[in-house]
Formats: sequence, structure tokens, C-alpha cells
Amino acid sequence: MKAIFAKGLLNAAISILGASLIIFVISRLSGDPVSLMLPMEAPQSAIDALKQELGLDRPLWEQYFIFLWKALQGDFGQSYRWQMPALALVFERLPATIYLATAAFAFSLVLAIPLGVLSAVYRGSWIDQIGRIIAMLGQAVPSFWVGLILILVFAVGLQWLPAFGADGVQHVILPAIALGWYPVAAQTRIIRSGMLEVLDSDYIRMGRSVGTPERLLVWKYAFRNALLPLVTIMGVYFASMLSGAFVVETVFAWPGLGRTVVEAVFSRDYPVVQAGVLVTSILFVLSNFLVDLSYSIIDPRIRL
Amino acid sequence: MSATPLLQVENLQTHLHLRRGVVKAVDGISFEVNEGETLGIVGESGSGKTMTCLSILQLLPIHGGGKIAGSVRLDGEELLQLGEEEMARRVRGPKVAMISQDPMTSLNPVFTVGDQVSRPFLYHKLVKTVRDAMVAAAAGLRRVRIPSPERRLKSYPHQFSGGMRQRVVTAMAIACSPRLLIADEPTTALDVTIQVQIMSLLRSIQNDSKVGIILITHDLSIVAGLCHRIAVMYAGRIIETGKVRDIYRNAQHPYTQALLDAIPHLGRKRRRLAAIPGQPPNLMDLPNGCRFAPRCPRRMAVCDEYPPATDVGGGHTVNCWLAAKQ
Amino acid sequence: MSVTSAPTPVTAADAPLPFFVRFRLKGAPWIPILILVLVLIAAVGGEGLTPHDPNGLNLGAAFKPPFWQAAGTYDYLLGTDNLGRDVLSRIIAGARVSAIVALYAIAFSGAIGTMLGIIAGYFGGIIDTTIIRIAEIKMAIPGLALALIFSATMDPGLSTVVIVIVLTYWTWYCRIIRSEVLSLRERDYVSFAKVAGCGSITIFFRHLLPNIFNTLLVLMTLQVGQVIIFEASLSFLGLGIQAPDTSWGLMLSDARQYITYAWWGITMPGIAIMLTCLSSNLVGDWLRDLLDPKRRQL
Ligand SMILES: Nc1ncnc2c1ncn2[C@@H]1O[C@H](COP(=O)(O)OP(=O)(O)O)[C@@H](O)[C@H]1O
Ligand SMILES: [Mg+2]
Repeated sequence: MKAIFAKGLLNAAISILGASLIIFVISRLSGDPVSLMLPMEAPQSAIDALKQELGLDRPLWEQYFIFLWKALQGDFGQSYRWQMPALALVFERLPATIYLATAAFAFSLVLAIPLGVLSAVYRGSWIDQIGRIIAMLGQAVPSFWVGLILILVFAVGLQWLPAFGADGVQHVILPAIALGWYPVAAQTRIIRSGMLEVLDSDYIRMGRSVGTPERLLVWKYAFRNALLPLVTIMGVYFASMLSGAFVVETVFAWPGLGRTVVEAVFSRDYPVVQAGVLVTSILFVLSNFLVDLSYSIIDPRIRL
Repeated sequence: MSATPLLQVENLQTHLHLRRGVVKAVDGISFEVNEGETLGIVGESGSGKTMTCLSILQLLPIHGGGKIAGSVRLDGEELLQLGEEEMARRVRGPKVAMISQDPMTSLNPVFTVGDQVSRPFLYHKLVKTVRDAMVAAAAGLRRVRIPSPERRLKSYPHQFSGGMRQRVVTAMAIACSPRLLIADEPTTALDVTIQVQIMSLLRSIQNDSKVGIILITHDLSIVAGLCHRIAVMYAGRIIETGKVRDIYRNAQHPYTQALLDAIPHLGRKRRRLAAIPGQPPNLMDLPNGCRFAPRCPRRMAVCDEYPPATDVGGGHTVNCWLAAKQ
Repeated sequence: MSVTSAPTPVTAADAPLPFFVRFRLKGAPWIPILILVLVLIAAVGGEGLTPHDPNGLNLGAAFKPPFWQAAGTYDYLLGTDNLGRDVLSRIIAGARVSAIVALYAIAFSGAIGTMLGIIAGYFGGIIDTTIIRIAEIKMAIPGLALALIFSATMDPGLSTVVIVIVLTYWTWYCRIIRSEVLSLRERDYVSFAKVAGCGSITIFFRHLLPNIFNTLLVLMTLQVGQVIIFEASLSFLGLGIQAPDTSWGLMLSDARQYITYAWWGITMPGIAIMLTCLSSNLVGDWLRDLLDPKRRQL
């Protein structure tokens, strides 16, 4: 267990370092990082100060260590638009995104788990067909379009739910569905094929042969085994939520990190973009790491 | 011997309807098992032994498209007419239980042994609380001679050796004192010394409880000590059946004789482990006549017709023209 | 499975047959193939096929609904947008952008990913470790986040979109092809070729490439849908295709502003995206089943 933890942590650290390197390299691609990070009307004195600060007269690798050193101290520069440190802005917006991603993730699981299990148990039935259709459609539409259609139907047409803002629970419903829609397909498929395999296993037959009620057999004994393959890639799905949040938050004007970064791209608020992307990557890596850990909790074979 | 046998199987047919065709895995077999008796079912792998057991419990593989026909009566009650729910509630566990082939895969890897062994007591209302079920499970583990059972209840299957796992499976199977215990090649996957231990465990269980046992194997040498009667299966049918002594001393069917020849005898110079030349027939496309004929060293013209059952005395019957002619 | 262990001759004879040899008409997903062909025709035909100029303003005809609604006309089958531009014409014009992006993005990410995958799998050791490590690091940044920071640095447009997609997807090919090569490397004819003294380059082109051809074909087909969605998302955010070019994502971005007046504005381009992606996914699945009998089971 300790070894798994240490190894995972090391891998996570390397990945995050690598991400920071990529972000740094991209910022130097344009050849003029100063004009990226300052507004057009910035005075010459500010430009000189920033040049000094970024160490642009030094070799590139030294510049990277300056960037890294400052990033470690939480210094990504100042957001000119919001008049506050970029990282502080990112952390201010982050909770809303995590709230949305969690709600979306919950939605996807609430839909995918029963659908996957029931499609396996009643293979070939109408519920299996519905699962198939949802899976096919889910992977063929962009999440922002799901969002737009949800707004069209439930906000504009039926007027049941608000299209914009974040004041209460009713505001999170539509964005969570839009964001959670995409992984439903893959999750349903994984649970279904996992269940099909497990339901045909020797130990489930053994359970049956001592009279275990079917309900327990499916939802307790088979389900936990079928969950393993899902858990291994849950990190990927949670990450796809963080990534999808950039678009869905823009559709629903959700005041989270995603929309903030997208807006920052347009207002050329580069420090915010850098900080936002790096923080998203860190979250992404950490969620994968946590999933690895939870995997070892569900599967006793890799505990110890 | 009581009037009605414990288990009475008549003309059991289990056909698997696959996309490629119909596999006649079990094709019209009949046999009986009495209380306290052990019937050995012997045959090459693929001859339909496992399918026979699974048919009795109505637990065919879910993707198999299996259809069961014929009659399976337990204590006179027709099991094939019971629904799935009744089979689960009344039959599987308290009446019939099964130990399957591979102890490595027949325990659920993500639940503790305690959970798996204790729950049958609850399902069949033998105890009221989980705590009592755990106590009963510990007693069950002790009965199959697992050391320090209370502590082992909290372990997971992967923490047990193969032989120990087969004991756990056995404890699970006999938890509700079934009337009939089906052991499907319980030792095939285990070392020879462990094989002996499991066999003697089965014998002591039978001495304690008068349980009827069906012991399945492809190895005639291990049935001798435990079985009262033997049925030899070939390509979905029973081709010879009788008391152990009759089969060993007086096997009539060339296939049975070949199986016996394959046993390495102690003290006797081991005969060539006679792998019988040829392949068993394709169960989707069976010959009309004797199914062993294509491989039989003594085949005759008449073998193109299926041989009738011939009683050669003392309940020893054989489906072979050689016996029928005499 | 053969009884004798005679060495297999050094040919690619063991390679699975390419799909066109075993092409079977029966069971092919004809409707999806037809849709993809239509999209291709639209992409190639371009302006010649559009009933109206996709950028032609006609404020008098703004917000015309599709033809089956009372206020609709056959002149504008799928209606018009806020500037009176014909939605159908713009969808046809957008098909061209989708096709171009898909073509370049798939060609480059496939080529780069496959090369690196083969190199990693074939040579193993430190080369393998390095390539896989780089792929893992890249995967630490979610696709759209990479796209955002890239777009913040470079000028948005078609080439930026292609570069971003290539940067995002090469790892996908790399990992799958690598594991394929790893398993191929163990097979007789590759090791025998090595023993027989074939150079790496020969082995590469004569033995590895033909064998991974099927996999590559399936991956590329399945990527079509993902590329289209990716491009649409970027264009929707305003970071992809820029006016006066048009794309389905850009149309959706425009239509979002008048969602309350014209439902067809956001519906029609979305359906175009959906049908195209659905079709390429179905064709990809079909190809995979056709070419890889092992996975046909369930
Ligand atoms: N899940 C299955 N699907 C298709 N055929 C099967 C399946 N299980 C068993 N069979 C077929 O049924 C026949 C009998 O198998 P089985 O009862 O397992 O034999 P045994 O236990 O004697 O080795 C075999 O020939 C096999 O081909
Ligand atoms: Mg068997």
C-alpha cells in the first residue's frame, strides 16, 4: 500500500512537472511572452519590469526554472482585467467548477450504473437497446450542443429551469446534465461488459448454487467486481469533466474556472490562462492518483 | 435402500442452442443417487459431465442458450418444473449444492470468506442475525478443518491456498446441510496430496450426514475409494454403469476398458498411459450409431446402429453390441 | 498450433488480410456510409452545391423557419439565420471545413503517433520509456486546456485547430500501436526476420506496417467523429475557425445568441455534427468487428 502510494505520488509529481514544462514552452512559442502577459496599453516601465522578472535575457532553461520557482510560490503574475493575482482568481473560481463537475459526474453515474447493470442482466431486451442508443448518441454529440438543446427545451420552451447563473440547485441541473452526458456512454458500456463477464463467472454460479437471491447476486456480489474496470478509468472521466467544463460553463454562463479561462483567452489575460490550465492539469493528475488509490481499496488483491 | 431414490434423473437432455448450431452436451441420460450413496460420473473432458450437474441445479451458462428437457426428481419432486425463484429459495443450498471445478475462480475475490460462507445461513433462514451467521460460518470452516476459523473469516480468498479455498467452497456448499452434494472435479486443479485430503473430507462429511454425492472426474483412479457406483459418460450419454467393483473387475465397454488401462497401478508396471487414439465426436453433428465406434478397436458392422442397454447382472448395464451379443 | 516447429518463412503471409480482400457487402452499415459519402460530396463540391451564397446577407429574409413550418419556404429548406443566410448552404460550406480539419488532423496525428508507437514498441528500452513518459506527461493536460493555452498564444484559425488536435491525439495512436507492435514482436515471422538479418527498416515496412494497417484504419475512422466534435467545440468558443469561413461549431456559436427566436439555428448544425459523428463511429465499429474477429464476441 505504501509502495503504491509512493509510486503514484512520484508519477503524479513527474506529470505535473511535465505539464508545467509544456505550458512554459507554449508561452515562449510566440516569441514575445511580454506582449502576451501585458495589456497592449501597458507602459514601457511595466514592460521592462516584467522582462526583468521573467529573466528574458537568460538562457531558456533558466527562464523555465524562474517560471517554476515562481509557480511553486503561487506567483503566476497579475491579472490585469481582474486586478488581482492570477492564482487567487483561479482559486476563487475553482469551487464552482468542482461543484459542477461533481454534480455532472454524479449524474453520469446515476444514469450509467443502472443502465449498464440492467442491460447486462436483461441482455437483448428493450433496456439494452436504450442503453445502446444512449451510448451511440452520447459519443456523437458535443457537450455544448447538448447544453444548447437543454436550454432550448427546458429553459426557452418549457421554462422549467433557468438557463444561466448559479444561484441555487436548479441552476446546476442543466449544466450538470450537459457535462455528464458524454461519459454516460462509455461508463454504461464498461459496466455492461463487466457485468456480463462477472455474471458468467464461477463465483457467481457458486453464489447461485447456494441459493443467493438474484437481487443480491447482481447488485452486491457481481456489481462490486464489475465496478473495478470502471474505477480504473474514472479518473479519465472526471478529467473529461474538467476539460468539458471550459465549454459547458461558457454555454451556461457558469461562474467557474472554465469560463474564466476562456474569457481570459479573449481578454489576453495570459497569467490567468497559465494558472488556470496548470491548476486544471494538477487536478486532473490528482484525480487519477486518487482513483488508483481507491482501486486498491475496492480490490483486496492489491491491498497490503 | 429406501423406496424412492434421493435423486432420479430420467432421459435428461441439455442442448445448447448456439449461433453455430445445437450442441447436444447431454443427450438423454438416466441415473439415480440414493441417500448416503456416492455416484461417480467419469468421462473425458467435454463429455458433458459439468453440463449434467449444472442441469440438475438449472444453472447453465447465461450465454449458452441452454434448454433442459427430461426429468430430474429430488425426493420425488420434479425440479424441472420449479421456477427460478423457487429453485433459489428452496432447492439450491438446502437440497442440492455444488462444489465446482476450480477453487481459484469459485470464490468472489472482493468479498471476505466470512461473508461468502455465512450468507447461505441467512438466505435459508437457519439463523436470524449476521452475527449468528458468522458464528455458523466459523463452525462450518472448522468442519472442513480450516485452522483458526474465526480469524480466517475476515480473510479474502486470495489469502488462501488452492486446497484451503476448496475447503472454503466445500464449507459454503454444505452450509445448509444439502441432501445432495455435487462435486465437479473438486481436485483436478490441486496437488495429489491435497486431492487425498479433499476426498477424505468428502467421505467424512458423508459419514456425518448421509448426504448423497455425485462425484465427477475424468480420472477413474480417484473414484475407487469414495464411490459406490460409477457411470461412464461418453459424448453426452452414459455408456456403462454399475457398482465400482463390477466396473473395475468386469468392464464391458471398450471405452471403459481403455479408461481403466490408463490408470497407473501401484505395484504393477505402469502400462502405456493409453491415450485413446482419435477424438470424441463433434457434439453438434453426432453419428447415428454408437458414438465411440469411430475410435473403437473392436468396432463391428452393427455398431452403425445405437446399442441397447444390456444388463450384465447386479445393476451393471452397458450400451455396447459386444455385451448385447452374448 | 502446428505440430512441427519448422520456422515460418520470412513473408508477411501471416498478416491478416487487408479489409478490401475480405470486403463483405452483407451487414455493412450502408446508411452511415451513405451519410459520410454525402458529407464528402458536400466538402468537395463546396460552393457549387449550395443553393445560396453561404455568406450572402439578406436581412429581409432573416429568421425564416424550415420549410415545413407555416412561415417557411422551399427556398430556404432549413431556414435562415439572424442575417438571412441560408442554414442549409452554411451547413454544406461547413462540411468542407470539417473535412479539411479531419483530413489533416487525422493524417498528422496518425502518422506521428504510429511512427512513435512503432519505434517505442520495436526498440523498447530507454527509447520506449522516453516516448511513453512524454505521452503520459502530455496526457496530464486535458485536451481542451491544451487547446486554450495554445490559442491564447497563437492566432486562432484552421491551422491552429489542426495543430492542437494533432498534439492532443498522437498519444492515442502511439499507445495502441505500441502495444500492437509489442505483441507482434513476439511472433515468429518478425523474430525470424530479425534472425535472418533483415534490417530494421525492412522489418518495419515489410512486416510491422502491413500488420498494423487494420488497426490504423479502424483508429482513423473512429477519430473522425472526435475531430469533428473537437473542432466544433473550439469554434464554438471562438478559438477555432474564424469568420468569414464557416463551420458547424461557429454556426452554433452564432445561433446561440438568438436561441429564443430560432430553434432551427442551433438544431440543424448540431444534427449535422451528430449524423456525421454517429456515422463515422458506426463505420469504425463495423470495420473493427470485420477486421478483428477476436473482439467480435459480445
Ligand atoms: N458455455 C458453453 N458454450 C458452448 N458450449 C459449451 C459451453 N459449455 C460447455 N459446452 C459444450 O458442452 C460440452 C460438454 O461440456 P462439459 O459438460 O463442460 O464437459 P465436461 O465437464 O465433461 O468436461 C462440451 O463439448 C462443450 O463444447
Ligand atoms: Mg467439466
